[in-house]
Amino acid sequence: MNSDTVYRPKQGLTDREFHYCPGCTHGIIHKLVGEVLTEQGLIGEAIGVASVGCSVLNYVYFDCDMQQAAHGRAPAVATGIKRVRENHAVFTYQGDGDLASIGLAEAVHAAHRGENITVIFVNNAIYGMTGGQMAPTTLIGQKTTTSPFGREKEGTGEPLRVSELLATVPGAAYLERVSVHDPKHVRKAKKALEKAFDTQMKGKGFSLVEFISTCPVNWGIQPRESLDWAVENMIPYYPLGVFKDPEKEEEDD
Amino acid sequence: MSRVLMKGNEAMALAAIKGGCDAFFGYPITPQNEIPEYLSEHMAKEDRVFVQAESEVAAINMVYGAGGAGARVLTSSSSPGIALKQEGISYLAGSEVPCVIINVMRGGPGLGGIQPSQADYNQITRGGGNGDYHLLSYAPENLQEAVDLIKQSFDKADAYRNPVMIAVDGLLGQMMEPVDLERTPDSKQRERKEWATDGDAGRRGKANTIVSLHLDPNKLEEHNLALKEKYDRMVENEQRYERLETEDAELVFIAYGSTARIARSAVESLREEGYKVGMIRPITLWPFPENAFKKLPDTVHTLLTLEMSLGQMHQDVKIVNQGRYHLDLYARTGGVVPEPEEFIEKAKAILKKEDAA
Repeated sequence: MNSDTVYRPKQGLTDREFHYCPGCTHGIIHKLVGEVLTEQGLIGEAIGVASVGCSVLNYVYFDCDMQQAAHGRAPAVATGIKRVRENHAVFTYQGDGDLASIGLAEAVHAAHRGENITVIFVNNAIYGMTGGQMAPTTLIGQKTTTSPFGREKEGTGEPLRVSELLATVPGAAYLERVSVHDPKHVRKAKKALEKAFDTQMKGKGFSLVEFISTCPVNWGIQPRESLDWAVENMIPYYPLGVFKDPEKEEEDD
Repeated sequence: MSRVLMKGNEAMALAAIKGGCDAFFGYPITPQNEIPEYLSEHMAKEDRVFVQAESEVAAINMVYGAGGAGARVLTSSSSPGIALKQEGISYLAGSEVPCVIINVMRGGPGLGGIQPSQADYNQITRGGGNGDYHLLSYAPENLQEAVDLIKQSFDKADAYRNPVMIAVDGLLGQMMEPVDLERTPDSKQRERKEWATDGDAGRRGKANTIVSLHLDPNKLEEHNLALKEKYDRMVENEQRYERLETEDAELVFIAYGSTARIARSAVESLREEGYKVGMIRPITLWPFPENAFKKLPDTVHTLLTLEMSLGQMHQDVKIVNQGRYHLDLYARTGGVVPEPEEFIEKAKAILKKEDAA
């Protein structure tokens, strides 16, 4: 990219128009994943796994072989694919309801086995597609359709931090939480994806990039405000950063 | 021909290797544990894939992934574990991903017991998961038949792009019997699967997708009708059964799997005593072998269903019978394996009553 380039068409994605709501960051994240897979020369041989949630239809967006998984099962499906197609980049793309709730066991055990897959984990602290119900990641006090008085610690627990949880699992090689609320952070997020796929292709084990995302429709605020809300409320609870890095581990050894 | 003495579960595992199985994903549950144990060693030696999953749910979804990516895939479990796999099986059927599932049945419902049972009949033949779908399901009577069917099952799964279930009970899984693993040919090298998400989109020039989602009801109905056309072909071409001593029979047993094996002894004993008894033995549970009930001799007056479940298969016998013959049922369940004498006594009672009538 030369210094005059301010924008370029999407790569690694089909021509289909996204169905995502205004202000949702799925579009940005899709674009980053497509770009990284293209730039690393992986897209032609990549195999992706779509999950259940707002991104369920991403198999029509990513320009590579795609398999659609049952709710929460994407890491198990990706495990099956990767074990029989070892040299291909295999990734899942999952929301927080899918990964942190119904699919927590599959995510933890894929990390535990050190599966050489990359998980794109999009955390917007709510169930989007089903209409805004409380997720394990919903913040304390956050109103949803199933926590109408605001989430309370009593009875529903405190929000689950997936990256921190997975950092305790030996097989997890690379874990980073990123945000895409401004260009600087978008660039940083792209670097994280590059590193995640690099980790996979070097056979170093499980990699996951957690994206802080938005849901203006179900949060009940404007798109612009939703980015601010994520910065002001989510990032303090879900701090950005690297939680596990294979290069660091090697240095430590 | 070389016969070797093997335990049922191990023989079935070896048959899967010879049937061209590339990958196995499973989870421990009694009474099928010797299958994953055997494969953990022998798949590694063959440089094939073995994964012990974190649950039956994960295992069947690994099957979905690997089968989707074009590999020949096996999982095995037992009744409560098969219940856990139903979601994945529905996805496999809906997305037309082939695989083979061995079910070594035990008593239920719930955790039930660990002794042999056939109480998964409805779970196997009525779909089990959500939606309109069927599994091609085989119920072998002995280890030789189990081995032969498993060796062919991957070809069948691929041909129909559909899951195939091998339904045995704990008795067959745990018993030892001589088997000839070369009686049927090993499965041949197959062509690449053009529909698979095997990551060759670059070379292929277009991406493949494997989905069971069709949001437009008209599209989903179209998909369901296409699946139905496939199931109709299975009904047409895949019914398998054995008819034993039915030519002059007055009473015909209907029994499959281990129950048929016991019923066979009962038929022999009854014949020795001059009773005109025969047997229809379904080898496919789905499609149910309705052809076996065609052109029965005029001598037949009663069909007696024998099963290790409380009349689950008997429902299919009723459907097929359409009021032609008297029907009766003798069932044991919960892991109780019937003795031949029980069948003999029941048969004699029926024949006596019929004579008196």
